[in-house]
Amino acid sequence: MAARTLIQIPPLSRKGDVIEVRTMIAHPMETGYRPGADGKVLPRNLIRRFSCTYDDGASRELVFQAELFPAMAANPYLTFPLLVTGPGTLVLTWEGDNGFAQTETLLLRVA
Amino acid sequence: MAPDLRRSGFDFMGPSTQAMQRDDMQNPAMLWVQDGAALWQSKSGRSALACADCHGDASTSMRGVAARYPAFDAPSAGPLTLGQRINQCVSQRQQAPVLAAESRELLGLESHVALQSRGLPLAPAQDRRLDRFLQQGAALFAQRMGQLDLSCAQCHDQRAGQRLGGSVIPQGHATGYPIYRLEWQGMGSLQRRLRNCMTGVRAEPFAFGAPEWVALELYLARRAGGMVVETPAVRP
Repeated sequence: MAARTLIQIPPLSRKGDVIEVRTMIAHPMETGYRPGADGKVLPRNLIRRFSCTYDDGASRELVFQAELFPAMAANPYLTFPLLVTGPGTLVLTWEGDNGFAQTETLLLRVA
Repeated sequence: MAPDLRRSGFDFMGPSTQAMQRDDMQNPAMLWVQDGAALWQSKSGRSALACADCHGDASTSMRGVAARYPAFDAPSAGPLTLGQRINQCVSQRQQAPVLAAESRELLGLESHVALQSRGLPLAPAQDRRLDRFLQQGAALFAQRMGQLDLSCAQCHDQRAGQRLGGSVIPQGHATGYPIYRLEWQGMGSLQRRLRNCMTGVRAEPFAFGAPEWVALELYLARRAGGMVVETPAVRP
């Protein structure tokens, strides 16, 4: 089952705007160092990489990426600015341990 | 305690934690709310009913509902918490297996319903039939317990605003449950929070779903009556 996500961009933007892309994904971000209730160390389960590509019709470009580490809290919240070059799609991808991979696609509407 | 001196736990938090709660996009509890909203619409159980089939749109039908809980339940002749009420609906109307305590499903539905009361004053049910349970809750709040021999009142009435270790002791008003607690890295109910305090004073917590919890929740709701519902709150 796909992890739950919260993603927010302005409903409508203009070419040349710098908008904020805000993302959150439900994930335990288990460090691999903590003991569980039974005293045994819980296996590591992290999101390792986040990336965002922007396809504005003319080109497809990687506009943001981040590496995540054990010090990040559960349900990581990532936000970044984006220069709007035209209407198109944003493809957000989270990848992590145990083959975790999730992709969310959203339309960027430009007036 | 005079009503004007009451403060939500929100006022005792740092500015960054307050910012998390103020902004729904930064508040991880909204992930659970999203779950609850989906469950509200999904048909379940032998009767194949969704919450929405009886209750319609939660934003109108559930407005103000959570602010009245725990409320009197005639069949069991006692108070029910919002979570217990949801499970009553699940087992009797949907005829589905009850949702486990602290499960993603139950916390999701509870926070989705309680969110509809956000910003409204807590208006606990003024039902004479609840008086007996209210008195039990008040007595439990003042009851010294555990190896540390402390009552809820000793910290949260008499020493609120002072420090326990590095943390400020809040007044203990349950205005934002279920909460996202940073210490848990997850969502939890008021009962889970009360268990934490009981193990903190090295007392053996009451069993899950025990009537003592409901009585305490009832007393806390009355104690915080008129304060603003914050669900889903973030706490440190």
